[in-house]
Amino acid sequence: MLKVESIDVFYGNIQALKGVSLEVKNGEIVTLIGANGAGKSTLLKTISGLLKPKQGDILYEGTSIAGKAAQTIVKQGISHVPEGRRIFANMTVEENLELGAFLRKDKQEIQQDFEKVYHLFPRLYERRKQLAGTLSGGEQQMLAIGRSLMARPRLLLLDEPSMGLAPLLVKTIFRIIEEINSFGTTILLVEQNAHMALSVADRAYVIESGRVVLSGTAQELNASEQVKKAYLGGH
Amino acid sequence: MELIQQLVNGISLGSIYALIALGYTMVYGIVRLINFAHGDVFMIGSFVGFYAVTSFHVGFFPALLLAMVSCAILGVCIERIAYKPLRNATRIAVLITAIGVSLLIEYGTIYLRGAQPEAYPSTVLPDKKIEVLGVTVNSQSLLILGVSIVLMILLQFIVHKTKIGKAMRAVSHDAEAARLMGINVDNTISATFAIGSALAGAAGVIFGIYYTKIDPLMGIIPGLKAFVAAVLGGIGIIPGAMVGGLMLGVIESLVSGLGYSLWRDGVAFIILILILIFRPAGLFGKNVREKV
Ligand SMILES: Nc1ncnc2c1ncn2[C@@H]1O[C@H](COP(=O)(O)OP(=O)(O)OP(=O)(O)O)[C@@H](O)[C@H]1O
Ligand SMILES: [Mg+2]
Repeated sequence: MLKVESIDVFYGNIQALKGVSLEVKNGEIVTLIGANGAGKSTLLKTISGLLKPKQGDILYEGTSIAGKAAQTIVKQGISHVPEGRRIFANMTVEENLELGAFLRKDKQEIQQDFEKVYHLFPRLYERRKQLAGTLSGGEQQMLAIGRSLMARPRLLLLDEPSMGLAPLLVKTIFRIIEEINSFGTTILLVEQNAHMALSVADRAYVIESGRVVLSGTAQELNASEQVKKAYLGGH
Repeated sequence: MELIQQLVNGISLGSIYALIALGYTMVYGIVRLINFAHGDVFMIGSFVGFYAVTSFHVGFFPALLLAMVSCAILGVCIERIAYKPLRNATRIAVLITAIGVSLLIEYGTIYLRGAQPEAYPSTVLPDKKIEVLGVTVNSQSLLILGVSIVLMILLQFIVHKTKIGKAMRAVSHDAEAARLMGINVDNTISATFAIGSALAGAAGVIFGIYYTKIDPLMGIIPGLKAFVAAVLGGIGIIPGAMVGGLMLGVIESLVSGLGYSLWRDGVAFIILILILIFRPAGLFGKNVREKV
């Protein structure tokens, strides 16, 4: 479904990604783990069109999307939940969700998706008239995910959805990620919480200072000494 | 009664400031730029209305509409030509460009038609004295106030209920997140300039009718005062610009009403200084902007 082929991405003179390749197959949950500053967010931003790769290509359903405008990529079915949620704090929950469906014109189906999102996150329904900035951290994360689902993505990019959440909420979020996947949405999940990420993922990639250093099935990486030592706190 | 009279004058004047201030504040909200050419867009709107009435003999509303449309186009051109290429430039470069655009419009207008002032044909609106509860108000003031209020309500509707309005709010809050929603940020910025400039154009026509004299440099002082009004209300905050404009108009009128008319222009700038010292985020602004 998605093939990233040895891309180089720069911020000015600083190279953040060095020949990164990665593949996500239809229906999978693939996770990308790595330390702070490894280049995880940079990769997601490049896939969703916020950054342009200098070298290499990104193929989505067989056609190149590298360097295309973000709106074109959203339209093709890739939705990105950015790091730190980035909800529109000065708008209501409902308006945030509406913005998620910005490019869609199918009014009735949008209405159905509202219901689906509210079903997935009943809290959002209760707070739909509330300003998004007044939500708790966990609710904001739910809103960010719900908002991206409003675009009806076939591929969902999630950037550290568990960041800053209490353990119980982390579990909830991961359960919801699995649920979204079970409805047929393919997921590329960036996480620092390697333990949780590997428990839901089919396959995983490990990225270090802009390079993919390890990849395999989730079980393989779970068993790998290198991963245990660096990302699973030794247990 | 004299006081109420001044109050009515102040509200009319203030609604003109508010219309101009809205453009400043909307543009600042979305691109963090003080568009110093905005007062000149106001001036162009005034002249478009003037020529529409005197040369093409149209009525008030067609002239108003024509001025608004022309200014919307002018605003978009200014943005696309002068500001868009500088979107990643330093703020000082953009500021200097804005001043350059302002001078270009002012002296371009003088080059094209000369610097001489024109007498606005105030006959386009009925000019009657109306007694309301013992106060005589001018029918023109009432109409001007009515038009301003309708435009502000329309703006609120656009910003809160339409798709483009929601896109504008999203971009002004977080442009990158807005791009992830599929919002075209460039088009949204252009729409903001178009709407803000159209309001300035309307203010230009209204100003002409109210003060009857217009000239190519007429945009400077109202432009600066509207800027003060925007800062007073909290730059980037739409209701703030409306309230800031009205307050400034009323304060100015009361100051002249009390016999200090020489201080009229000074008052605006005293207010600016006080606001910047004591409440830099403005009356409606949170003093610390939340950044998650
Ligand atoms: N806007 C930017 N300008 C310059 N350098 C940047 C920018 N954003 C990221 N970088 C650099 O690029 C590298 C990769 O950053 P990135 O945000 O992709 O890391 P990350 O893996 O997502 O880290 P984290 O887990 O902390 O979110 C880092 O060295 C970072 O300093
Ligand atoms: Mg990151």
